[in-house]
Amino acid sequence: MATFKDFRNDVKPNWCPGCGDFSVQAAIQRAAANVGLEPHQLAVISGIGCSGRISGYIHSYGFHGIHGRALPIAQGVKMANRDLTVIAAGGDGDGFAIGMGHTIHAIRRNIDITYIVMDNQIYGLTKGQTSPRSDVGFKTKSTPQGSVEPALSIMEMALSAGATFVAQSFSSDLKELTHLIEEAIKHKGFSLINVFSPCVTYNKVNTYDWFKEHLTNLSTIDEYDPSDRTMAMQTLMKHKGLVTGLIYQNKEQKSYQDLIHGYSETPLVHANLQLSREKFDELVAEFM
Amino acid sequence: MVSQLSWKVGGQQGEGIESTGEIFSIALNRLGYYLYGYRHFSSRIKGGHTNNKIRVSTTQVRSVADDLDILVAFDQESIDFNFHELRDGGVVIADAKFNPVIPEGSHVTLYAVPFTDIATNLGTSLMKNMVAVGASSAVLGLDINVFQEVVEGIFGRKGQQVVEKNMEAIRAGAQFMKEQLGENLQLMKLDQADGKKRMYMIGNDAIALGALAGGARFMAAYPITPASEIMEYLIKKLPALGGTVIQTEDEIAACTMAIGANYAGVRTLTASAGPGLSLMMEAIGLSGITETPLVIVDTQRGGPSTGLPTKQEQSDLMAMIYGTHGEIPKIVMAPSTVQEAFYDMVEAFNLAEEYQCPVIVLSDLQLSLGKQTVEPLEYEKIQIRRGKLVADELPPLANKENFKRYEITDDGISPRVLPGMINGIHHVTGVEHAETGKPSEVASNRNAQMDKRLRKLKQLKFQTPVHKNAKHEEADVLLVGFNSTRGAIEEAMERLERDGLKVNHAHVRLIHPFPTDEMLPLVQKAKKVIVVEHNATGQLANLLKMNVGHAEKISSILKYDGNPFLPNEVYTKSKELL
Ligand SMILES: Cc1ncc(C[n+]2csc(CCOP(=O)(O)OP(=O)(O)O)c2C)c(N)n1
Ligand code: SF4
Ligand SMILES: [Mg+2]
Repeated sequence: MATFKDFRNDVKPNWCPGCGDFSVQAAIQRAAANVGLEPHQLAVISGIGCSGRISGYIHSYGFHGIHGRALPIAQGVKMANRDLTVIAAGGDGDGFAIGMGHTIHAIRRNIDITYIVMDNQIYGLTKGQTSPRSDVGFKTKSTPQGSVEPALSIMEMALSAGATFVAQSFSSDLKELTHLIEEAIKHKGFSLINVFSPCVTYNKVNTYDWFKEHLTNLSTIDEYDPSDRTMAMQTLMKHKGLVTGLIYQNKEQKSYQDLIHGYSETPLVHANLQLSREKFDELVAEFM
Repeated sequence: MVSQLSWKVGGQQGEGIESTGEIFSIALNRLGYYLYGYRHFSSRIKGGHTNNKIRVSTTQVRSVADDLDILVAFDQESIDFNFHELRDGGVVIADAKFNPVIPEGSHVTLYAVPFTDIATNLGTSLMKNMVAVGASSAVLGLDINVFQEVVEGIFGRKGQQVVEKNMEAIRAGAQFMKEQLGENLQLMKLDQADGKKRMYMIGNDAIALGALAGGARFMAAYPITPASEIMEYLIKKLPALGGTVIQTEDEIAACTMAIGANYAGVRTLTASAGPGLSLMMEAIGLSGITETPLVIVDTQRGGPSTGLPTKQEQSDLMAMIYGTHGEIPKIVMAPSTVQEAFYDMVEAFNLAEEYQCPVIVLSDLQLSLGKQTVEPLEYEKIQIRRGKLVADELPPLANKENFKRYEITDDGISPRVLPGMINGIHHVTGVEHAETGKPSEVASNRNAQMDKRLRKLKQLKFQTPVHKNAKHEEADVLLVGFNSTRGAIEEAMERLERDGLKVNHAHVRLIHPFPTDEMLPLVQKAKKVIVVEHNATGQLANLLKMNVGHAEKISSILKYDGNPFLPNEVYTKSKELL
């Protein structure tokens, strides 16, 4: 059985010391081991950004694609090989700005993959511009007078789009984050985990301390029921989205792969590429 | 008796014009005639003039006919819009219901046939197209019984009574027409065909079937004219093979999803037209630098932007060769017949895996939607080659080293393993990387990896990079084209030769890397080179000049009004240039 150390490689991350993304890396490695995966059974598909580098920092199969497109690549991988555990990962700009179209549609498509967003409310890699998750008034290089666009309520959006697994976590809470990733991997369908992952270099407002002060863990809310979508929505609105824990899970909904007609139960990658003579003749005859 | 003729049916979009053409042509196909069908349509769904022009011949034809022998009209607009195409001696068969008129003093005969009335008397006016089919058959001297099987195929599910009613409508149309024709009955009677079984299909059908035969088991695509038929065919057929088609949220998703699936080892395609290809450009570069196989079909249509979305054009050429920033190895192929489209698709998947690079199969609206008779496709010719895909067990990696997915090799092609394989772990990234896939900006590594990637296509093996009909050692002219202009050029060539000119023809099938070695001798042997293409800037001509030189010899015949070249246009414009 692999341990989390087996998911470590020899690449030294080029993240700034203290960057929240280190915890996400560690949590993925631990969760993968905890659910019993071997490194070759995991594929981490990432976008572009500081966070996007994560696929290169885990000893598993990894694909570092283009900005905003981690999700369609990851869905393609899963469609080709349903035996692989597929984790897509990237930043808030990657998933909620340039890649937002894919995020919403991946949610409603519900292919069985896990999507982890390292949400630092800023563009880190390009050195500090506003993001769709930046709060109103947030001053950045591209919003010197402060942002006037409201931040996206991403968890509410996911619920409205029909998400079957919605969770939020914080880099400081490695234990909870690891647990949520495990649950997400086990979930049969698309799972979204938004992780508050502070950028210590460019975001001087949403710091570790700021989050500690503002976040409410759902375990502290009496009788919170993650199978109740209405409660999930109300709780998010009440706390301005600043909650952590498993927000919503629908265990009944079948995944895309289990719903579509004819889709192979064994990984498609093992399909025979050669058409049989009979099949070929049958197809040809339709045009005669 | 005639050996070929051209027939057209016109009316309002959404009125069953399609099915009239379908039934008529399926029957002719079963009799062994060679057909070429081309639809004129607009972006509207209902209303607006539409027509379907079908050429019937006892030998292979691949171009829209210059003129028209028979026009079947369901409204006056169809007569007004298409009358100029009718040759002297041609006929118009029109529904008597709208009191059709044709210009005075023309050498065309009008037959007013009560399509609607006959159909209504038999039960429903919906069958007016069957009456028209019957009337047309009488002119061609066809045996009505040939329709029995066709009608059963279409209406069989609705019961024998419906089949019989429709057959009655066809018979009634034929009977009425025979009486009208009187002594002209033999005028356009078709020579007997050979009765051989052949396929009759649009290019997109062949592309989709070729993808299936080539081992594609997944497709990701976003609908667009004139590419949608490919995904629509495959979603019908793939589930039986365990695969599927996903209609994505846009073409960027389609292309990157295809990259993901190809990376994980499933032969996957996407297909679109210019607007979609424009969106895919960044992803094409990703496929290039990550050396992930990828097959994209581009069915060209009128550009730029939304341009002429339902019209013929060939203006994506340069964009397909050079599109994406940076420099990558890429293969661009251009089938020129429906048959080639089938085999090229099979080959595209092989080349994508052998050379681990994007392969673009270029089509154009006329090839994708034009319907051609296809000689039987040969099962034996279908080959699956997967290049350096590692299928065997791998030795353990030392100390968590990565598998060298981007190993520097003589031919530039590295062994490829699929995610899921034990001991094959490696990283894939669009960032410049070392042999292990780990990012590297070291200058020497950059050179080594760039050179390796670009070296791959130096020894590209491609079966027929140029389709040649070049019997002259010294030619007066070399005609050059690509994609669907093949038929028009071939017919123009015949006529030029009849005028005593020595004409060679080269149809470029491998657009990139450009087949300079094949084209140079042909250009050298010709006094003049005329490049025939559907765009305004002479893209293929420029490509030819760039690669083989001899700019002084090369001139262009260009057409970009949305309509396909007619043989006669190529002929007369060539004469002007010679
Ligand atoms: C098509 C494209 N546009 C712009 C960029 C430049 N770019 C790289 S990462 C990035 C945003 C990064 O922000 P985020 O996704 O939040 O990731 P972070 O660095 O904060 O982890 C941008 C704009 C790019 N790589 N590709
Ligand atoms: S810039 Fe910010 S997001 Fe990027 S590595 Fe540094 S701390 Fe992390
Ligand atoms: Mg960010």
